[in-house]
Amino acid sequence: MPADILPDDVLPDNQAGPAEATLWLIAVRDHRDRAAFLRLFDHFGPRLKAMLIRGGLRDGSAEDVVQDVMLAVWHKAAQFDPHRAGASAWIYRIARNRRIDLARRKPAPEPDPLAEPEGSEPDAAQILALGQEAALLRRALGAMAPDQARVLEQAYFEDLPHSRISEMTGLPLGTIKSRIRLGLERLRRELKDLRQP
Amino acid sequence: MTAITHHISDDLLDAYVTGNLAQAFSVVVAAHLSLCDACRARAGAAEMLGGALLERVAPAAMSSGAKDRLLAALDDTPPPAPVARSGIFPAPVMQALGGQPPKWRMLGGGIRQQILSADSDGALRLLYIPPGRAVPEHSHGGLELTLVLQGSFSDSEGRFGVGDVETAGDETDHQPVAGAGCPCICLAATDAPLRFRAMLPRLLQPLFRI
Repeated sequence: MPADILPDDVLPDNQAGPAEATLWLIAVRDHRDRAAFLRLFDHFGPRLKAMLIRGGLRDGSAEDVVQDVMLAVWHKAAQFDPHRAGASAWIYRIARNRRIDLARRKPAPEPDPLAEPEGSEPDAAQILALGQEAALLRRALGAMAPDQARVLEQAYFEDLPHSRISEMTGLPLGTIKSRIRLGLERLRRELKDLRQP
Repeated sequence: MTAITHHISDDLLDAYVTGNLAQAFSVVVAAHLSLCDACRARAGAAEMLGGALLERVAPAAMSSGAKDRLLAALDDTPPPAPVARSGIFPAPVMQALGGQPPKWRMLGGGIRQQILSADSDGALRLLYIPPGRAVPEHSHGGLELTLVLQGSFSDSEGRFGVGDVETAGDETDHQPVAGAGCPCICLAATDAPLRFRAMLPRLLQPLFRI
């Protein structure tokens, strides 16, 4: 798939961006491209490590889990479908599953894999639209108040039932739930606004 | 297959996506996502938010040997493929069944069940209800999710066909009746034992663990 189907404006200034990461993952999937895989590792390794430390792991075990997650990325790359997820969402999901496997000693329940229709060509427009949606989502997150974004991070990174988040922040459970809900609602509204400038 | 009309709530879907939903309920959600493209897309959107949060976290440097260690492991034998869907049972249900067909246990009245897991966080079971048969009327001490895998059932909340999931809470007091035609097979997760109204089923409860 040609690189130029992805929009330039989803790349943040001067950095390896999320859209580029999706292209690396496609290169790993289609060509077992080790150089692309190492770029994914350079980009996501330290972010996964930070996320796992936020989730309560110590430095050393966080690195072990990052290794597990990146190995799973290598082995499961054939299942990556850029029409349905960007690299970061797909890798977040693998990391979440690994965290569940370790915590519960049972495999994380996952839906049936979706079969791609025979001989289907990549749909550039759909991949593009998904990348733009993700870019809008990141922009909306950036515009959120830091404490709201922090509650979302707690829900996504920390292996905590909502009741524990409430204990940690000293806020009642209902408040936490409604703040998560409000945060998501606000994100949805912002996305709508960004779509209709 | 008729259209799915009963879906997973936002709260449960968010909890599943963030890894904060107990295992028994997560199996039901994953099985529903296997059958419902609309909820699969909603889960995809919630995962997109997880990815966006991962992108913006302040990175923590990996140690110097990490890359070589990873490269050395790339040629290791890949892990075995996960258990696949079989018949009416989506992959997450086959996983919970240990890859084997169900081993039904009679509950009386032609109703059968197999308990797939039961621990302090909740219980997961498959239920087999003959056409037209009622499950004893019961209410819940907590949350119950019931996904139809074959046939249908109806209760005070409506009709549930293949792929539909019923979410019942403390307040739900219901008596599901299986539809005519083929037996109804459901996947049900609970976080507290069911409370039956009639005396007899209550006496049987410890025996059958339902």
